[in-house]
This record gives sequence, structure tokens and C-alpha cells, in this order.
Amino acid sequence: MATAAEIEKQAEAREVRNRWFLSAPALIIILLAASGPLLIVLLYSFLTPGPYGDVVWKFSTEGWVSVFLERDIFDDTLSFAGAHLTIFWRSLKLAIMATVATLIFGFPTAYFIATRPERTRDIWLFLITIPFWTNLLIRTFAVLQVIRNEGIINTALINLGIIDQPIQMLYTDFAIMVGMVYVYLPLMVLPLYASMEKLDFRLVEAGYDLYATRWQVLKRIIFPMVRPGVIAGSILVFIPAIGAYVTPSVLGGGKNMMFANLIELQFGQGRNWPLGAALSITVMAIVMVALLVYVRNTSGSEARHG
Amino acid sequence: MAKRFSIRQQTGFTAIAAACFVLLYVPIAVLVAYAFNESTSVSEWGGFSLRWFAAAWNNDQVIDASLRSLKIASSAAVIATIAATMAALATTRTRAYRGLTFKYAFINQPLMVPEIVTGVALLIFFAQIKIATGYSGLGYLIAAHTAFCIPFAYLPIRARLENMDLTLERAAADLYATPWKAFRRVTLPLLWPGIIAGLMLAFVISLDDVVITEFVKSGGQDTLPTYMLGQIRRGITPEVNAISTVFLLLSVVIVTLFFFLSRKRD
Repeated sequence: MATAAEIEKQAEAREVRNRWFLSAPALIIILLAASGPLLIVLLYSFLTPGPYGDVVWKFSTEGWVSVFLERDIFDDTLSFAGAHLTIFWRSLKLAIMATVATLIFGFPTAYFIATRPERTRDIWLFLITIPFWTNLLIRTFAVLQVIRNEGIINTALINLGIIDQPIQMLYTDFAIMVGMVYVYLPLMVLPLYASMEKLDFRLVEAGYDLYATRWQVLKRIIFPMVRPGVIAGSILVFIPAIGAYVTPSVLGGGKNMMFANLIELQFGQGRNWPLGAALSITVMAIVMVALLVYVRNTSGSEARHG
Repeated sequence: MAKRFSIRQQTGFTAIAAACFVLLYVPIAVLVAYAFNESTSVSEWGGFSLRWFAAAWNNDQVIDASLRSLKIASSAAVIATIAATMAALATTRTRAYRGLTFKYAFINQPLMVPEIVTGVALLIFFAQIKIATGYSGLGYLIAAHTAFCIPFAYLPIRARLENMDLTLERAAADLYATPWKAFRRVTLPLLWPGIIAGLMLAFVISLDDVVITEFVKSGGQDTLPTYMLGQIRRGITPEVNAISTVFLLLSVVIVTLFFFLSRKRD
């Protein structure tokens, strides 16, 4: 007759076997169709471009050199690749601006939802969640229709007699930023809300008792408490923003490229796969740095509160 | 008497929040409104009409792309949900073990990498496989979609499992149920809402994808989003508005179902 201890022991042995067997399909699919191929990108960035795309299997650092530098076709001298630097700068600038703008709009919105009565809170949350799960391309397309020269903003301004020529908003950096703020706003609001939901308003009350102004309460009490949410939301917006492809290709037209469009170009007309691979690794590196900052910040704040 | 002082109030916050809610929905409302526009121009209102819905319905490319999207999304969602359910069973309700953190990180990895980078990686990798095997069907798209759907399917399933009562399974074991029977008769029925939620999330995520599909697809494998991207780049007709409206409706229905399904838990 098996004792309880033996049964427990058998169960444990079975668990050890099961946990690797059960997780195998998910791990293998991700390895083959997501993580593994990233290593191949690294490899490709050190090869020589083939004449019709793809690569020739010969080691070369040219792909990496041309991320920042360009070779003069006549005398082979190197100079800074101005076009690339402009695109890097635009990507970084727009991603940071979009992150800050979503924070400025998202913080009060999340706070508003978190301070609603329990019953209506879900409805407000639902209103933020719907755009979050609807197609990003469609939402970008919706922005395009509003800010076009013939869109409702320009039409309204002309009809009101404020302007007589439409303001060119589409195909500018401004359009890309507006589009990114629009599509990524829910990514900021949701984690902010999650951290505000548990906000202890007794501390806020104590602040007011001690003659703090509304601004002081916000800055010295609420903001420090929801900092993890602020950081999480910023990361969630910054990562897709720096690699954004749909928004700049729809709202930026052909001229106002960002990282992702430059990468796409190397695999299309540019026919320079190693350069495209090196650019991809560069974007990854930026994202990794952002994630590291995130991990260091959140683990630090836990230590302080714990 | 002055208005009662509320400690929760912050100056201007409600106004900004209200503006956000309005601004989130105005562009979508405009897009939907123009789908019903009689006029060919997307800027002038020519009266109510369903002609653009009819045009989209009669456009073989649109129907083709839609069917392809549905085929990919349903295959990817089902495979991803099965894999995610298995993985969730192996990573919850257990003491921390060697490799557990690694598994979390690995399963969530597709969320950390920008889509463009994954797209490029798969373009390169699948190009090699295409040369080696000669196969160029929808399998590549389904594989790619399955991989990035797994972390989304995993989330609600894991959440559901973590809130689940272990004693029920113990009780089943005490009553001589085999592990498989205990799983089928006790764990699975309790887990079901999480699995459905995961399946729907994965389906929506797959249906929405543009970037990875754009890089992985071979010629003639447009999905509805990549077809629409092509149309938008070429210049816009209200037909795209009509397609978007139907697409939006589908997403909203799925999200609403998902929302109520995951609410029930509390």
C-alpha cells in the first residue's frame, strides 16, 4: 500500500517530467519562428550583399560600417551618412516625443478612470481597451482621413474663415507623431491605471491636512506612488514607437522615413541585406537599453518600498 | 457654500480625460461615416449609400485576402492557444524551479522585440528554407503568427490558472482519478474561460498584424491588412473605409466578448 509520502513523491517526479514536456511546443515554435531567426540576422549583418538581394557568404563589416558612414563612390573615402543620421535622429526624437505626449494625455486619463466609482470604472476602462484591440492600420488610416488637406480639420478651419489655404499636416513629422500618440495612447493608460487603481488616498488626505496644494500632492505623493506605472507605460510606448513601420509609412509618406522604413528599403530596392540586418540589430540594441533601464528602475523601487 | 473639497480631484484632469476619450473616437467615427458616403470623393458628403460595401464585396482581391486572413488567424490562434495552455500548465502552480524564469522570458520574448526586427529575421530565415525545401505556401505565415500569438494566449490562461484552487485536483486524486482524468474532469472545465479568452486574443492579434506579414508573405499572399496598406499607399477610395468598418465591427465584437468573459472571473 502506497503511503501519502510515496504518492507525493511520485507526483513530484511526474511534475518534473511534465513541465518540460508540456512547455516544449511553445518553446520550440518561438525558437523556430521568433527567437532563433534573430541570431541569423546577426550573422547576416557580417556578410556581403548579393547582387539581387540576399547575401554572398563572405565575411564583411561593410554592413555595419554603412550604418553610420557612407563610402564615396569615386575616391572610397568615408564620411558620415547624413541621410541615415537624419532618420535615426527623427526616429529617436519622434519616439521620445510620442512617449512624453502619451504620458501628458494618458496620466490624467488614467487618474480619471481610477477615481471613478467602482461600477462605472469598468465602462471607462472598456472605452480605452476597444481602440487598443482594434487594428492599428485602421486607426492610423482614421488619423490620415482627419488630418488630410481635405480632412475635417482643414475643412472646418476653412469654413470658419480662420485659414484660406489648407494646412499641410499629412506627410510631415508632426503627422507621424500625432498618429503614434493616437495609436499608442492605450498602451500608456492601461499600466498607469493598473498602478493608480491601488492608490492609497489616505496618504493624499494626509497631504492636504498638512496644507499641501493640489500640485504638491500630485508631485510629492501621487506621482512617486505610481512611478512603476509611469515607467511601464513609457517603455510600452517607446518600444513600438522606435520600431514603428505602419504609422510613418502611412502618415509620413515616402520622405519622412523612420528606422523601420529604412530597414525595409534595404530588403527592397536597396538590395543591401547586410545593412538592413545591421540596422535591425541597432534597433534591437536601443530597445534592450530601454528595457534594461526599466528593469533597473523597477527593481530599485521595489527594494525601497520593501 | 463653496463646492465640497474632494481629495481625489486634480485641476484640469477631467477635462484632459474627456478630450482623450473624444479624440480617441472622433477619427474612427469619421472613418465609419465616410464608408456610407455616396460620393466617390472622400472629402465631400454625397448622401447615404452602401455602394462601397457592395464594391468591396464584389472585389475578388478583398474576398481572397479576407479568407486568407481568417484562415491564418484561426490556424495560428488554435495552435498558439494549445501550446500556450500546455506551457501555462507547466509554469504555474509550482514551486520555482530551475529554468522557470527562462521559460517566462522565452515565452514573452516576441513581445520584447520590435515587429520590424522579427519581420526581417523571418524574411531571411524563411528565404533559406524556401530554397532548401521548395515549399512556399501559407505555412510560413501561420508559423510566424503562431509564434507571436503565444504570449498573448498565454497571459489570460496563466492568470486563470494562478487563481485556481489546487485542492480540487487533490480531491480528484484522492478519489482515485488518474492524472489525465483529473485534468479533463476538473482542471480543464475550470480553465475553459481562460482558454477561450486566450484564443480570442490570439485571433485578434493575428488578424491585426501588418508588419510581420508584410515581410514574410510571398507574392499573392496578401492578408486583408497588407492589402489595405497597399491600397492606402496608392491613394484612398471609400472602399477602404467600407472594409475598415466591417473589420472594426468584427474586432469590437470579439473584444466585447473577451471583456465580459474575463470580467466574470471576479
